[in-house]
Amino acid sequence: MKTWKHTIRNLAGAVALTLLHGTSIAADPLKMAWVYVGPVGDGGWTYAHDLGRKAAMAKLGDKIQTTIVESVPEGADAERVIRDLATKGNRIVFTTSFGYMEPTLKAAKSFPKAEFYHATGFKSDKNVTIYNSRMYEPAYLAGIIAGHVSKKGVLGFVASFPIPEVVRNINAYTMGARSVNPKITTKVVWVNTWYDPGKERQAAEALIGQGADVLLQNTDSSAVLQTAQDKGVNAFGWDSDMTAYAPKAHLASAIEVWGGYYTKVAEAALAGKPLKTTVWGGMKDGMNDLVSISAALSPEAKKAVAEKMTAIKSGKMMVFTGPIKGQDGSIKLAAGKSLTDKEIDSVNYYVEGVEGQLPK
Amino acid sequence: MIESLNPLLASAVAAAIPLILAALGELVAERSGVLNLGLEGMMLIGALAAFVAVAHGGGLVGAVLAAMLAGALIALVFGFVTLTLQANQVAAGLSLTILGTGITAFLGRQYVGFRAPASFVELPIPYLSEIPLLGPSLFSMNLLGYATLVLLAATAWVLYRTRAGLALRCIGESPTVARSLGLPVIPVRYAAVAFGGAMAGLAGCYYAVAQFKMWQEGLTSGNGWIALALVVFATWRPLRVGLGALLFGGVSALGLYLQAINVHVSVFALSSLPYLATIVVLVFISSDQNAIRRNAPASLGKAFHADS
Repeated sequence: MKTWKHTIRNLAGAVALTLLHGTSIAADPLKMAWVYVGPVGDGGWTYAHDLGRKAAMAKLGDKIQTTIVESVPEGADAERVIRDLATKGNRIVFTTSFGYMEPTLKAAKSFPKAEFYHATGFKSDKNVTIYNSRMYEPAYLAGIIAGHVSKKGVLGFVASFPIPEVVRNINAYTMGARSVNPKITTKVVWVNTWYDPGKERQAAEALIGQGADVLLQNTDSSAVLQTAQDKGVNAFGWDSDMTAYAPKAHLASAIEVWGGYYTKVAEAALAGKPLKTTVWGGMKDGMNDLVSISAALSPEAKKAVAEKMTAIKSGKMMVFTGPIKGQDGSIKLAAGKSLTDKEIDSVNYYVEGVEGQLPK
Repeated sequence: MIESLNPLLASAVAAAIPLILAALGELVAERSGVLNLGLEGMMLIGALAAFVAVAHGGGLVGAVLAAMLAGALIALVFGFVTLTLQANQVAAGLSLTILGTGITAFLGRQYVGFRAPASFVELPIPYLSEIPLLGPSLFSMNLLGYATLVLLAATAWVLYRTRAGLALRCIGESPTVARSLGLPVIPVRYAAVAFGGAMAGLAGCYYAVAQFKMWQEGLTSGNGWIALALVVFATWRPLRVGLGALLFGGVSALGLYLQAINVHVSVFALSSLPYLATIVVLVFISSDQNAIRRNAPASLGKAFHADS
């Protein structure tokens, strides 16, 4: 669905500019577009991207002109939307979901003069650059909190699609918790969607029914957190700060911060030197964070999280550092070593403590 | 062991309630001969109206009234277009869904990001809620849930056991005959459409202030279409709507439940379960062509010209 509001506003702006300046010198603004997988009003993933877009607009003013297209299904439809945006003169197009990877690559071939930026993917091209945020870092810290808070020693994870991006968050969450309590286990339910409050809620109910008492989700709505509050257990916010949805159940929110990156991309393009390097930023780059940590946590929990957060932010600590054991207890990574980015980006196994079988 | 089925049944029932509400309203409208494909849009409008009402201190009564009123009003607009102006019902219904989706997304922006200040809570009925399996699911619902069961029974009763119900069904079968009998075809259809809107609004209210307790764009995530399918699925019989909704709710909860208890079934197979179930039931129903023909209101979707 196209948001006409933005288009109209942009059009109105363009008309006003033309009227004011006539045919004068005013440099054309850089046209940038965003393709969103959900509605901006999801309060989560897409909302966070849109906050980033707004931050770039606030910084650069009328040097840029932005368009968004919301709720674009992953697949063939996406390619059509991306082509359409490029045809309309957008020099920079951000495609903000994993499933846009192939459509972005295909569309980009036809528009060599435009730059495409694909979030969370792993394939780049001459004019396709990938960017991602190491959400496993705040997920690990959330795990530490969960390890302190869980009374039953059972955590729940509502997962979207079995891709490395999600699997490593499950692993990081579990590793964080087990660094506090080595007996903790994590149950995982896959909902096969990024956004469906009904399914997310049912998944959370199923997990809570099986004894999980601290939940984390890799889906885009706040339904899991709300369900946790209704059932008297705890959970986290994901992608955006979700404190206000469930103040009692909320332990902390792992958030994405895209504004800095979007501003940088725009500035580089304005300067005539488009950004072409893969960016995989973490907490130390300010691309994500763990915020609104509950005041109700025990002093030990607060201290443990603060210490690890400082270590991660300063770059002293890597989350995926050995020893890492697989589900059967076999060594996946020896002590003292760390997974390379390539390994993190292709992880296809659960670590020790995660229950169930990873869907292939 | 049997207790471990409780969460499964409870979440099946919770998912079924709004489907029953919306499908019942649609069923009544269709029984009068009007096909309204705008369910999803009306549900969203109801959901937003309910959320706005509680957000501004209107309380739960305010939420229910606002949702039903908003649903009924927008349905009356649909009624005006299709019954008075005699526009095509399919096109008008689809436009209603598009309108509802867009307008709620636009108007609802400022309501994203916080919890509903008031919401329906579970009210277990003493003693009954202790019955194994049925207790935690059927007798531990919120007020809207209980109201749904009452509405289900009441709709079935009115349709089949009262004069008004007979008149409505007669109008749906043959408006020309109904008119020659002196029945007010257009007013009854207006009433049925408004009832459908009010019920869809109530379903939306259930999502916004009972189940999710929040407003997000597209909150009903396509359930309007499922409710629409349920009416056909139930061959236009109210009680079968109840069963069908439970089946849908149960099947979608089952896939998630099996994962939580570590049963190794392909996730992809599990998530296709609701659709497979639909196909199986549709095949089952359509194996008897006459059953559908007998049950479908004969004038469904056709405009009625009073002069003809």
